[in-house]
Amino acid sequence: MKIRDIALARSGDKGNRATLSVIAYDPADFARLERALTVERVQAHYRGVVLGTIRRYALPHLGAVHLVMDEALAGGVTRSLALDAHGKTLSGAILDLPLEPEGA
Amino acid sequence: MDVYRIGSGAGYAGDRIDPARDLAERGRLDALVFECLAERTIALAQQRRSQDPDAGFDPMLEERLCAVLPACVAQGTTVVTNMGAANPEAAGDVVLRVARSLGLRRLRVAVVTGDDVLPWMQAHDVPLMDSDQTVRCLDGRMVSANAYLGADALLPALRAQADVVVTGRVADPALFLAPLMHHFGWPADDWQRLGRGIVAGHLLECAAQVSGGYIADPGYVDVPGLDAVGFPLAEVRADGSFVITKLDGTGGRVDRLTCTAQLLYELEDPACYLQPDVVADFSGVTLQEVGPDRVAVAGGEGAPRPERLKVSLGYRDGFIGEGQISYAGPGARRRGELALTVLERRLQKAGLVGLEHRAELIGVNAMHGPHRGADREPYEVRLRLAVRTDSRAQADRVGQEVEALYLNGPAGGGGVTMSTREVIAVASALMPREAVHPHCRILEL
Repeated sequence: MKIRDIALARSGDKGNRATLSVIAYDPADFARLERALTVERVQAHYRGVVLGTIRRYALPHLGAVHLVMDEALAGGVTRSLALDAHGKTLSGAILDLPLEPEGA
Repeated sequence: MDVYRIGSGAGYAGDRIDPARDLAERGRLDALVFECLAERTIALAQQRRSQDPDAGFDPMLEERLCAVLPACVAQGTTVVTNMGAANPEAAGDVVLRVARSLGLRRLRVAVVTGDDVLPWMQAHDVPLMDSDQTVRCLDGRMVSANAYLGADALLPALRAQADVVVTGRVADPALFLAPLMHHFGWPADDWQRLGRGIVAGHLLECAAQVSGGYIADPGYVDVPGLDAVGFPLAEVRADGSFVITKLDGTGGRVDRLTCTAQLLYELEDPACYLQPDVVADFSGVTLQEVGPDRVAVAGGEGAPRPERLKVSLGYRDGFIGEGQISYAGPGARRRGELALTVLERRLQKAGLVGLEHRAELIGVNAMHGPHRGADREPYEVRLRLAVRTDSRAQADRVGQEVEALYLNGPAGGGGVTMSTREVIAVASALMPREAVHPHCRILEL
């Protein structure tokens, strides 16, 4: 199973930072989401895209994990050479992350 | 029970107008807010103003007001907007002109200025945020500097009973907080209620993003009537708690998922959301579905406001030249890759060496680099080359070389587009709030 099976995602921009909220369809799945979205796993998933550190905020009462990713937007919306300068599509990428590590 | 009904009429400068008209006509609103200023919008508007002293406000101001003003005036709905952009004074005159053309007999317009702090920024040296440099590194390139004003700057306009409040750079949620503070008489140091007002403003400021826009994923998140998605409104109580909803008969959905996605949107630390009026804490906010398309929002705290205000600095940052061309059918990807190699060599020979650039294939690696999904063989690819240059001529050359792939590149390339644009980038800094002087001018019809 992948993140997409239990949650939706939305990303946003703040300077050269991307924010990524992952929200469980059913708040009861929050613990699975939290286990799947460790900083290490998210960092590996976005390798080559997110160059800075990632901070994670757990919001169990909202069934959500919120990630703030530094140096993720090629200099930020206003000067980026990227087609998706806002990093809006970063939300789509996380949906593909397996809930459990491969081979587990 | 005293309930204040506040709606969102636009979440960005180009937003749809029909849902705003619908809200104005059927929403029984006390206030309708139009948030139309992205980070860079005001810098671009400042450039238009420098060429034409009567320009620099939102180009859609007239169209939006024509759509909502008759209903808002008839029902006593206060309009609050940052569509003044780089020229709120001129925008105020446009509002009066629109009112006259609509045959309105009276209208009071408040023009709130003071966000333009370019002279201060040119005369002082302060660090740039998220950088090891200072404002002085932008000397000669700075085109605008606008402080984020707070709700406090808008209160004199509301006390003067303005029907329309038009301003420039104001923190987005503060456009919503101001009418709430005014209506309920929340003191400027009632941090808890100010924090809750920011929660409401933040949920509303992106319009349809809380009512079913930008969330549909067929088979996973289905949104009924997305084509006719309605804009949201909040029914706010004196304690700062509120219900988010939308009009009956509109498309979209308002529920725990849409509200959570918007609550967290673009936040850094949810417990520490810096605003000019308060440091808001969203970490304890609770959402409860209390009816169809109705979510009750409770909680939210606040701490004393920051001593300094954030300033957005627009500056000229060179040019970007870009070209795109498509390849399709068997081997599309390899032909696209060959075209990129050809382009790289040609630009090198043209002297465009060592420049920051992106060379990619849309459909393969343009979004998230080579590590995600780039191993698949797509039916079609679109080559994209974007290069940052110092001069317009160099930027033009990028598009020209992509276009020349027609006769001088791999087989079957088509659909070339090319562009050159000057980059107006935005940096941020902080300045003491004492040096910022908001001003309110009343215009009467």
